[in-house]
Amino acid sequence: MLALLRNQKVRGILFQFLTVVGLVAFLWYIGNNTVANIEQRGIQTGFDFLSGTAGFGIDQSPISYTEEDTHGRVFWVGLLNTLIIAFVGIVLATLLGLVIGILRLSKNWLIAKLARTYVDFFRNIPLLLQLLFWYNVVLRAMPSPKQSYAFFDMFFINNRGLYFPLPDYNTTFFMILGSFVVALMASLALNRWSNKRKENTGQDFAVLPWALGMFILFPILAYFLGGANLVFSFPALMGFNFKGGKTLSPEFLALTFALTIYTATFIAEAVRSGIEAVSHGQKEAATSLGLSNYQSLKLVVLPQAIRIAIPPIINQYLNLTKNSSLATAVGYPEIVTVFAGTSLNQVGQAIEIIMMTMLVYLFISLAVSALLNWFNHKMKIKER
Amino acid sequence: MMLRSTIVKMSLATVAVLSFGSTTLSADTLSDVQKNGFVKCGVDGGLPGFSEVGSDGVYKGIDVDLCRAVAAAVFGDAKKVKYVALNAKERLTALQSGEIDMLSRNTTWTFTRDASLGLNFAGVNYYDGQGFMVNKKLGVKSAKELDGASICLQTGTTTELNVADYFRSNKMKYKLVSYDTNDQVLKGYETGRCDVLTSDQSQLYGLRIKLAKPDESIVLPEVISKEPLGPVVRQGDDKWFDIVKWTLYGMLNAEEAGVTTANVDAMLKTDNPDIKRLLGVEGQLGEQLGLKKDFMVPVLKQVGNYGESFEATVGVGSPLKIARGYNALWNKGGIQYAPPFR
Repeated sequence: MLALLRNQKVRGILFQFLTVVGLVAFLWYIGNNTVANIEQRGIQTGFDFLSGTAGFGIDQSPISYTEEDTHGRVFWVGLLNTLIIAFVGIVLATLLGLVIGILRLSKNWLIAKLARTYVDFFRNIPLLLQLLFWYNVVLRAMPSPKQSYAFFDMFFINNRGLYFPLPDYNTTFFMILGSFVVALMASLALNRWSNKRKENTGQDFAVLPWALGMFILFPILAYFLGGANLVFSFPALMGFNFKGGKTLSPEFLALTFALTIYTATFIAEAVRSGIEAVSHGQKEAATSLGLSNYQSLKLVVLPQAIRIAIPPIINQYLNLTKNSSLATAVGYPEIVTVFAGTSLNQVGQAIEIIMMTMLVYLFISLAVSALLNWFNHKMKIKER
Repeated sequence: MMLRSTIVKMSLATVAVLSFGSTTLSADTLSDVQKNGFVKCGVDGGLPGFSEVGSDGVYKGIDVDLCRAVAAAVFGDAKKVKYVALNAKERLTALQSGEIDMLSRNTTWTFTRDASLGLNFAGVNYYDGQGFMVNKKLGVKSAKELDGASICLQTGTTTELNVADYFRSNKMKYKLVSYDTNDQVLKGYETGRCDVLTSDQSQLYGLRIKLAKPDESIVLPEVISKEPLGPVVRQGDDKWFDIVKWTLYGMLNAEEAGVTTANVDAMLKTDNPDIKRLLGVEGQLGEQLGLKKDFMVPVLKQVGNYGESFEATVGVGSPLKIARGYNALWNKGGIQYAPPFR
């Protein structure tokens, strides 16, 4: 028996086994303890609350929501609002980060220094402070609805938000929306075809003018095909506030600004380091092959740089998604604010609600990272 | 041998953990409080009249007075309180989880909170109702004219449920702007993010004096809800529940009997049997709670009776100048009525 224990392999397995048993026992103990304590206090448990009436209002909801809806629906409203802010934030931060990252490497002294100042400034201020700055200092300082800043009598900015006209959802509107999708798909297909052709025949094909043409022509065609019936609803001051059109609330704007500007600094750094990490010899080799500056950037440097930059950028996307929960500081109704906040307070079942909220972030993050890992894998150098 | 004993110890520990089952959190709040040497009391911390840190750094207010009274009842010293400032969202969870011993934070007694959250309400220290505050410039005279208005309120309160009900039953629309703390709500209102601030009436007056120009805002006449505010304790500890409840009732009974901070010493020699029982000169009422029989004496000496506390914190002796109204004693036209000390 003892001899067996002196066997390193056996010992290793034994200790691993004991660790697992200990861990399971610990978790089981905690779970049991919690349940017992909750029962003793007479606190309700279970997920029945999800079908209970919420009873409170939510200001912004992508799906229809009234006070008579359930806490379950509050969950979905919160989740969708989280996804919206994460999506908008990721798109804008990527665009801004890409531009700043490339400007950082500009040969123009002023531009490079300005980009660097931007990165150094916004990267080193806590996100929550930036959020409060945008919300309290900038957006709250806007005038009241009656003194709104107006642009062409169509766009209005005041301390209640940004108002802009929106076409009514009718056939024409959806046809035009669909035509953009068609144009996008067609351009992608065209690009693919031209790449293939180049591989086979070496002939260049100018995709850009064709794609642009499609993006202009298709919507115009769709407009007439859809009955040429595009009706805009314009925001107009009525009673306390503007009615009609679409509103972006100051809470949403503040959160978008803060998340975008903050995360863009990190993305810019990832882009810059990615480009700088491509060895100088590669560029020299490209030049000596007779490639132009643009060609060497597009064909030699960027494909390698993107590969290096993607993992840190994935991290930033995940951070941005999780950071969106800071919305609770300004009251944008995403999942932490409405579900883990208001709903939790009304029904008092902290464990269930916090657990659900944590799972949401876990799923979003895992999904985003899975998607980008797939992309990363696809972009990998194919060793031959 | 060394190795063997390690393994034995480890497996013993595992078995010990497994066989432990569950330990329940101590349900004896009183002995925990006595062991700690102070009462952990959850308060708002930013609400004038109810609980606010004064310019001298000391907590003040009618909710704070209740914390102090319980500390005086338990320790004979009203200073033995540790205040925990909580926002509306945190407060009930903080109590459920045992972070605080009692919650005295203008909390409305409702069915759900009482029945399903594992909490007990130990009486009512302020009868309130929800109202609206608007800027005079809007020219609004009644809450019925608020259709389409943006409304600032504190999230995690009964307020947001009441306002939803009120607007729905009056077929009006509103835009909700909700914040975590009263300070944020007030700032939102002050900077014009919303047209209306809604909260309990008492709070509206409290928040109004915090505005830069209090005179420019008015409180609309409608009171849209019943808000009995009171101290809350965890369910399942009846002894502690009784202590908090009877400390509050003691203060109410003292007012009714005319016992004040100033005359409590003299009252110890009174012939009135009610007062004798209240002050523990006769009978052992306090001991039945697990306290000293004269537990109300330090409460009245250091905090005062309910009326004194009311006047000093929210009544005429304070900047809020709220009339007693519903909070007057039952024999003075109000509805504050405490069961007898007997």
